[in-house]
Amino acid sequence: MQKLEARNVNLFYGEKQALKDISLGIDPNTVTAFIGPSGCGKSTFLRCFNRMNDLIDNVKITGDILIDGRNIYKSKINVDEHRKKIGMVFQKPNPFPKSIYENVAFGLRIKGIKNRTILDETVERSLKQAALWEEVKDDLKKSALSLSGGQQQRLCIARTMAVEPSVILMDEPASALDPLSTAKIEELIYELKSKYTIVIVTHNMQQAARISDKTAFFYLGELIEYNATTTIFTNPKKEQTHNYITGRFG
Amino acid sequence: MNSSQVNRIKDTAFKFFAIACTFFGLLVLAVLLYDILSKGLTRIDWDFIVNLPSRRAANAGIYTALLGMIWILILTVIIAFPIGIAAGIYLQEYGKKNRFANIIEINIANLAGVPSIIYGILGLELFGRILGLGNSILTGSLTLSLLVLPLIIVSTREAIKAVPSSIREAAYGLGATKWQTIYSIVLPSSFGGILTGLILAISRAVGETAPLIVIGALVYVPFAPTNPMDEFTVLTIQIFNWVTRPQAGFVTNAAAAIIILLLFTFMMNGIAVVLRNRYNKKTRF
Repeated sequence: MQKLEARNVNLFYGEKQALKDISLGIDPNTVTAFIGPSGCGKSTFLRCFNRMNDLIDNVKITGDILIDGRNIYKSKINVDEHRKKIGMVFQKPNPFPKSIYENVAFGLRIKGIKNRTILDETVERSLKQAALWEEVKDDLKKSALSLSGGQQQRLCIARTMAVEPSVILMDEPASALDPLSTAKIEELIYELKSKYTIVIVTHNMQQAARISDKTAFFYLGELIEYNATTTIFTNPKKEQTHNYITGRFG
Repeated sequence: MNSSQVNRIKDTAFKFFAIACTFFGLLVLAVLLYDILSKGLTRIDWDFIVNLPSRRAANAGIYTALLGMIWILILTVIIAFPIGIAAGIYLQEYGKKNRFANIIEINIANLAGVPSIIYGILGLELFGRILGLGNSILTGSLTLSLLVLPLIIVSTREAIKAVPSSIREAAYGLGATKWQTIYSIVLPSSFGGILTGLILAISRAVGETAPLIVIGALVYVPFAPTNPMDEFTVLTIQIFNWVTRPQAGFVTNAAAAIIILLLFTFMMNGIAVVLRNRYNKKTRF
């Protein structure tokens, strides 16, 4: 069964239609990249999977989005519980103004977990998974805001993994980072694939080519082409895809 | 003279004008402080603070007025803070952004500008007469609470608004409920701003005289209030009373009481600044 599935998804911001009849399926334990020029709807579409668009006034969504076969818009699901299973990493690192430890422990605390041993273990495991442990293990009490941008972003990834989601959505996670930090994040994504299903929005074509198994190209709210990454980058079926990846526009 | 020279002269002229305005304000303050301090400083001793009011200026103290003020403040804080903060949170986080919300917003801003004596008349009628609370501390506190509520609501909203939406999204993304997000992320991050509003509200309440006179606060209270239903006076009314007396001794008393009031206000503002700086340092984005 497919991990994530979208069926005929339309999304409107008030009168303006931002997504047009999008259908695609994503297999478990794969990395899928969403590419396309700014404003093409790829981030908006990504945010449909954890119902982040609910937070914006005046958004209307039609169609179905299924996660593990369950429709998250139709059936009476608890949005907060649902979001615990779908992690999200944002474009700009957004750690809480708390200590490094509390940032990672936040997801557990809101579940009501107070047991110190469980918290300690989870914080350590998550930070190790995010390849940040060695850099911060001696000052977990330090404010997360004192970390560098790249470290903050890995902290945000650790924070996401601490709640053990099965899917991680990443909205241009490396766009605000320097090349070295970007390389670390990419390496991380590659390693995380064995445990999670990852969907990543990126502006960086090389990045999409390096890390993803499948790539979806969006243009003006439509899904133009969705295929194996190698196919998209070496032998695209559509003219628009070809023009975009060769840098003719976007 | 070309235009750039003219502009430079204008620039310098405005600078000196601004400096002059600043010094004017400072000068007035300095004169005021000098006047008060020279008149009242020698009058302040322990007796002045713990004595009951008296017909004889030399024996009179501010004990009852000081206690009355503290009572009023504590009750006002207890009543107004939770309501004001909760209302601010509701309007900013839960309330739908529609026309009705706009009307409420404009009205709250307007309420902050209503003359305080109007609140006194409202308090007198609503709390004093209809609810039968008389001219008690409770009536005074409720009236002052109404007075400072708009201040608290507006500053709470502003503080909450300043919290970047990115960290709210992070909390929601982790599966936090709305209340969890507000309680553990938004409020701690905006605490400095909310606190500033609260301290400003207290300072406003301390300085108010008119509404308390309207609700019937006494000018002469020879006993210390012991419960919220007691009659009371406050420092500002005591000062007002003393300055209207013809005897020179009472003018000295008034000056001394003003010094105490100033000290109290400075202390509150000092605490506010310290707390705000500490929290802002922690939550810089």
